[in-house]
Amino acid sequence: MAELFQNVTNLDIKMVLMWVIGGVLIYLAIKRDMEPSLLLPMGFGAILVNLPLSGAVTQPGMEEGPLSILYKAGIANELFPLILFIGIGAMIDFGPLLSNPVLMLFGAAAQFGIFFTLCTASMFFDLKDAASIAIIGAADGPTSIVVGQKLQSNYIGAIMVAAYSYMALVPIIQPPIIRLMTTKKERRIRMEYTQKPVSKTTRILFPIFITIIAGLIAPASVALVGFLMFGNLLRECGVLDSLSETAQKVLANLVTIFLGITIASQMQAEHFLKPDTLLILGLGMVAFIFDTVGGVLFAKLLNLFLKKKINPMIGAAGISAFPMSGRVVHKMALKEDPTNFILMQATGVNVSGQIASVIAGGLILNFFL
Amino acid sequence: MMYFLPAAFAPMNFVDNLKYMGLGMLGIFAVIGCIVLMTVLLNAVTAKETDNKQPKQ
Repeated sequence: MAELFQNVTNLDIKMVLMWVIGGVLIYLAIKRDMEPSLLLPMGFGAILVNLPLSGAVTQPGMEEGPLSILYKAGIANELFPLILFIGIGAMIDFGPLLSNPVLMLFGAAAQFGIFFTLCTASMFFDLKDAASIAIIGAADGPTSIVVGQKLQSNYIGAIMVAAYSYMALVPIIQPPIIRLMTTKKERRIRMEYTQKPVSKTTRILFPIFITIIAGLIAPASVALVGFLMFGNLLRECGVLDSLSETAQKVLANLVTIFLGITIASQMQAEHFLKPDTLLILGLGMVAFIFDTVGGVLFAKLLNLFLKKKINPMIGAAGISAFPMSGRVVHKMALKEDPTNFILMQATGVNVSGQIASVIAGGLILNFFL
Repeated sequence: MMYFLPAAFAPMNFVDNLKYMGLGMLGIFAVIGCIVLMTVLLNAVTAKETDNKQPKQ
């Protein structure tokens, strides 16, 4: 009888704490609807891997656990996030961006938080870990995983929890920062939108040319940019609707299931429960805050030279948390003036943030690999 | 508070690594700038395709 409960004696307080953390992630996913597709598998996985002598991960002297196998198969070699990017690319409509390409500059400006956090994190961590932490500011899970893995960061678990949690918290993080950086008058600036048609040829050539340009300047970004643009090409070519639909739904969902639960294999108590984890969560917040600051300040800088002013809030939409950030900015504009619809401009900037964040990831890899 | 800081707290690293901030932001704007130019060119070259598709008044 005693043998039945022998494993209970292997339980320690850190494991129980990880169960609580897993429970919190599951609560946030279900009750608060915060990135449920990732927080729920991560939360449950955190519980799975923090059971004593858990068969879900490889234990010393025992056969390989399935999460360890999945980790080697798809995370350690960055395969899962790259395949997910095909699905994400197939979901994105670049139309609003292509009809007003200058909006892409705001996407670029809103990556400021990544580099600011790199400098900040380098005060506490070595450069490769600092760069992996900084890429939380890309607000893009696959990019964070790819960069963290390639740089062999010791903090993948904490980085993933931070990246996905903060992406879900964008509606809470961004509005106070935007209000702090702008005046009421600036928030009420109207931006008219005229639908400019975009040709099918442009829609098809755009992902191809982006891949070439980004690949020539930042070769380490070819996998990230290329897979994203491949997905988009599947969508835009017009002759592969079934593949596009599969990429957007089945493929994306399948990989998301594996990604979430496998990332949790890095959330074992001995790796996760360290003071460094709190610091990483704090630095992740810094990255998101300064992404917002960078985008808004860039818009305000442009307004010094433009006759027709831009609503500076759209700069904040350049953070890659799509489509949440665009919607947050749109709602804030409506709150100030119920007749001011800037959803299309905000969406265009939000989409450009996706491109810019991937390029930022490639540049980070170029610097530190 | 100091308990939570890793042993290797090096405040001067912030200044030393500002070069990556400069290079990174320059790099992103350079790539995005090229993409913007490319898109403007594409839109100009394929303008006739969209004009043909517009209903004639």
